[in-house]
Amino acid sequence: MTAIPATSRRLPTGGRIDRSSPIGFSFDGNDYSGFRGDTLASALLANGVRVVGRSIYRGRPRGIVAAGAEEPNALVEVTWPGGASDPMLRATQVELVEGLRARPLRGVGRLVAGGEAAGGANGEAAVFDKRHAHCDVLVVGGGPAGLGAALAAGRTGARVILVDEGPELGGTLLAMPDDGGDRIAGGPAMAWASGVVGQLRALPEVRILTRATAVGHFDHNYVLVSERRGVADGRLWHVRAREVVLATGAHERPIAFADNDRPGIMLAGAVRTYVGRFAVRPGQRAVVFTTNDSGIACAGELAEAGVEVATVVDARMDVAVVGTAGEPTLTGVTIMAIDADGRPTGHPRDVECDLLAVAGGWNPAVHLYSQARGTLRYDERLACFVPGATVRGVQTAGACHGTFGLAEGIAEGLAAGAAAARAAGFGDGKAPRAPSVDTPLLPADPDVAPGSIAPLWLVPAPDPDAEGSTHFVDLERDATVADLSRAVGAGLRSMEHVKRFTTVGTASDQGKTSGVLGSAIAASLMGRPVGEAGLTTYRPPYVPVSFALLAGRDRGELHDPVRTTAIHPWHVARGAVFEDVGQWKRARYYPLPGESMEESVLRECAAARHGVAVMDASTLGKIDLQGPDAGEFLNRVYTNAFAKLPVGSCRYGVMCRPDGMVFDDGVTSRLAEDRFLMTTTTGNAAPVLDHLEEWLQTEWPTLRVRTTSVTEQWATIAVVGPRSRDVLRALAPDLALAPEDFPFMTWRGAEVAGLRARVFRISFSGELAYEINVPTWHGLAMWEAVIEAGAPSGITPYGTETMHVLRAEKGYPIVGQETDGTVTPQDLGMDWIVSKTKGDFIGRRSHRRPDTGRPDRKQLVGLLPLEPDDLLPEGAQLVDDPDGPLPMRMVGHVTSSYRSAAVGRTFALGLVRRGRERVGEVVHAPLVDRTIAATIAPSVLYDPDNLRRDGDG
Amino acid sequence: MLLIPCPWCGPRDETEFHYGGQAHVAYPEDPDALDDAAWAEYLFMRDNLRGPFAERWSHSGGCRRWFNAVRDTVSHEMLAVYRMGEPRPEIP
Amino acid sequence: MTASPAVRHSPLESLGDALASAAPSTAGAVALRELPFLAQVDLRCDPSDSSVMRRVEAALGGALGTALPIEPNTVATLGDLAVLWLGPDEWLIVGSPDAEGALEARLREALGDAVGSVVDVSANRTTIEVRGPAARELLAAACSVDLHLRAFGPGRCAQTALARAAVILHQTSDEPCYRILVRPSFATYLARWLLDALDGLEGLDDLETAVRSEGRT
Repeated sequence: MTAIPATSRRLPTGGRIDRSSPIGFSFDGNDYSGFRGDTLASALLANGVRVVGRSIYRGRPRGIVAAGAEEPNALVEVTWPGGASDPMLRATQVELVEGLRARPLRGVGRLVAGGEAAGGANGEAAVFDKRHAHCDVLVVGGGPAGLGAALAAGRTGARVILVDEGPELGGTLLAMPDDGGDRIAGGPAMAWASGVVGQLRALPEVRILTRATAVGHFDHNYVLVSERRGVADGRLWHVRAREVVLATGAHERPIAFADNDRPGIMLAGAVRTYVGRFAVRPGQRAVVFTTNDSGIACAGELAEAGVEVATVVDARMDVAVVGTAGEPTLTGVTIMAIDADGRPTGHPRDVECDLLAVAGGWNPAVHLYSQARGTLRYDERLACFVPGATVRGVQTAGACHGTFGLAEGIAEGLAAGAAAARAAGFGDGKAPRAPSVDTPLLPADPDVAPGSIAPLWLVPAPDPDAEGSTHFVDLERDATVADLSRAVGAGLRSMEHVKRFTTVGTASDQGKTSGVLGSAIAASLMGRPVGEAGLTTYRPPYVPVSFALLAGRDRGELHDPVRTTAIHPWHVARGAVFEDVGQWKRARYYPLPGESMEESVLRECAAARHGVAVMDASTLGKIDLQGPDAGEFLNRVYTNAFAKLPVGSCRYGVMCRPDGMVFDDGVTSRLAEDRFLMTTTTGNAAPVLDHLEEWLQTEWPTLRVRTTSVTEQWATIAVVGPRSRDVLRALAPDLALAPEDFPFMTWRGAEVAGLRARVFRISFSGELAYEINVPTWHGLAMWEAVIEAGAPSGITPYGTETMHVLRAEKGYPIVGQETDGTVTPQDLGMDWIVSKTKGDFIGRRSHRRPDTGRPDRKQLVGLLPLEPDDLLPEGAQLVDDPDGPLPMRMVGHVTSSYRSAAVGRTFALGLVRRGRERVGEVVHAPLVDRTIAATIAPSVLYDPDNLRRDGDG
Repeated sequence: MLLIPCPWCGPRDETEFHYGGQAHVAYPEDPDALDDAAWAEYLFMRDNLRGPFAERWSHSGGCRRWFNAVRDTVSHEMLAVYRMGEPRPEIP
Repeated sequence: MTASPAVRHSPLESLGDALASAAPSTAGAVALRELPFLAQVDLRCDPSDSSVMRRVEAALGGALGTALPIEPNTVATLGDLAVLWLGPDEWLIVGSPDAEGALEARLREALGDAVGSVVDVSANRTTIEVRGPAARELLAAACSVDLHLRAFGPGRCAQTALARAAVILHQTSDEPCYRILVRPSFATYLARWLLDALDGLEGLDDLETAVRSEGRT
């Protein structure tokens, strides 16, 4: 037990701190001590630290203003024990832990380097977890109304989640003294709260999340809740609730008067929290400036705590604080009478004090309600914006609803919880009986109506020429009444515009203390009623959240799926360099020791053209189609005909969208009279299946054909090159391989390396080639068998880069590389694949549109740089006259570009306006530092007569 | 994130679905019978309503079924879902 | 030439030890393992055609109305076979390893000329089993479907996403025990994601409650 010095700002008794658990921490390099149960803010106040930072632009000393999420000044960088750090937190929300180091956020703050956020060089990495949760009723806020709502809903058996941002449930009740404060059900307020919490914990379907802030309320009651875990860790809850009860309380608002930002000027409700909950005296001699009864209660509690209350300035009696003094901290205030227009009048009176508690009225915390598309209305009697029309599935209760009385708030919470449960299908909707509440009588002035409020936003300076440049509205942004005057004077009338012009409400506190105040002052400057001028939009997140929290577990290697084939371990062991193709890791090339990519690719290409090479093509999409109408269906989705394809044969097809543009391509094989196997490009496997199902389900439901994805059922191994037949012969001695027995564009079922396989004679290189398909679980064994069988022939594994070169030499386009959704088959020079006779197919009518028939469309051509070593960059724009005036007229662009071993030079494919009729002409690619000239050529550069696909002969 | 009631699987997160645009825009019986303007109308022109709007969705991350929904484009409330081929229900 | 042994490799064979370490590292709250090579056949047929339904259900060893569940996202169990609803005219039949050949042949014969399809997809997915009192909590880190007993339970299945991988989730018992059917290319990613998420179970306020209450049932 640590002795409390008599002079301490800490009260000897009371509060919800544990005096037997002292906690050491540092702030701005100085060591201090607090107690378990403290926030950093309460501990700093208890240690007499009054200046916690300097304002962002004007460098004015600032102190702690609030006790919660609305704090605009006390922004700190925190290094947690263990080493993880947070670049910007509010001292009012930082729970004190042993060894915590904090320092004021300086200037505009700084970005934390990645490693530092993750725990620094020596620290532990903070862990951010994620969790989905579902409930019938979500209650946001664990104050009296929220506790009531959770209890009423929980008792019905509904699944309830109650979230509260603090470590302990109770909300405003936490600051109430056990004796002398409000009494609920005949006992201390917190005794009632503890009883309710006990009942909630006993209900199996109620989940309570403390240290958890609901930060965003999205469509259909999707609510994100940020939970602090342990010291530095976090968890983001994705809550889907049938019904939501918002019991988020209210934020007290300041009043704009001259020099209202000195350390020692605090919100009255915060003062009550520091006194009652943390047993801290925030000052020695106080003045209370109030517009309503809560300031009166504050004065009473300060006096009870031994703070001298010099005077209470009650605006309802036409007096106001008009200015303050003290550098760097508050030493006194100036008080004057105010006239009917709110202007200071009469003689000023100076009063010494080191604490000014300001009670400007309460703004319901309608942030989440507004995010859920709730509308607001201005309540003249309460002088605040309250929830207006109802939102489906959302209720508000207590102070959030504009119900500020304790008894009424609890009753409203109970009713809202019962109604929400009923709406979710639980209970009869009848609210449990509300407990009795006895509120101590406040000292009443006969001239002031109890419960009334003076709607006071601005106290002008006594000097009518003063601009209001120290009348602070937004402390975090250093924005003042003078700024608002300039905005209104400049003619701005929309609050959204005023906000952006002045920056009021744009800081990390999201304007919790400044937004309504700024709008109200701007409205009065415009001469409009506060309610009519309205507010700016409330947007998520309610409090700042870190990117690390949003990323959750999806970080590092887990940030997105890394898809690998069954043969991947072999590629890794062989030293392949990989490239990302969508989510797939594909082997790009297999360098030998000391080899560059260019050298590897030339070697791999040579093997495929002159010997034998092998590639893992397992990523190709595969779709099994069955049914008597499968052929007819394929006729409708491909541009060419499939219905009469013989069983055992394969055909290349191009698929268009209704607008006639190329969507996908691939080879489809007839497995049986009523069964086909379609292949798609790697990236389009899922979109093509969706496309097929869309047409089958929505347009042609009577077609007797069914689709099934088999992409990953089969591993696909492409054996390519004039010597590939030798390899197949070794692997499948029973398979007749002569060209007449096993012709190009057919497939055979066979035993290959002792495994049942499908072998397809199709080629993406122009060479003799076989694609072996086996079930994925046999992929690696089959690959190893191919490598072994090919060893005598010098079989060479090749990757996607070589695949690209080989196909480009043949002028085969790649969907997504040569095409971009604006390219027709005709543009690709593939009119031959567009049937003129088979009837309608998707895209056919669009090929007759005037636009698709334009003669000046971009067409696929080959491009041969004049210097055979120059490599055109992919994506380079092409022009006719590189010396012409800017902007140059672009006539096309480069889609693919490679070095070719087969033709002994560089080459490219590109889309060029009227390209096919321009073969032989020169176009230019202006680059940053030079221009490359290239001759337009036919798109097929290698073996244009297809003499090689049966092998060397 | 919307909660979309798949007529088969029940309510699921929006991320499981693909949007299919305006509903009840049928593929023309005989595209050749349409002039260029009428074909372009089918291809490109869609309503952009404020309020209840009939649209297509596919539960592509689940049962792969296409269905129609009436969604209020202001509140995002899903007012009705119905299977392909069924008429658009009356929204009170 | 033949493949040295006709060996099958499962996608998670190299993560076997890591998966096995889940149970000791969570004090038994969650056990993870791969169930490789389960037989899987995708069946599509018209549920309104009672004669084909009768033939197919008989081929699966059940009477009409017992083998092919009509209620979405439910599972029928017939001996070794689990029949998962995938769509209004689509089911996945899951059986023991190596059963796929006979199963596919039986179903194809039963389907006959009726509209539909029968496809062996046994190698198209592998299976991760998640078992133990905290299994549901672990999945809640990755899955947006409500897995509460009131919404999901033994005999239910769902096609959905776990983290960013498409899966078929099937609760097989009230222990609870789940099977996650996932494509081979996503299996390593998903297994690592789940292993990483184990530490999120620590300090989950209600985990102890979950462990206690699940333990009771």
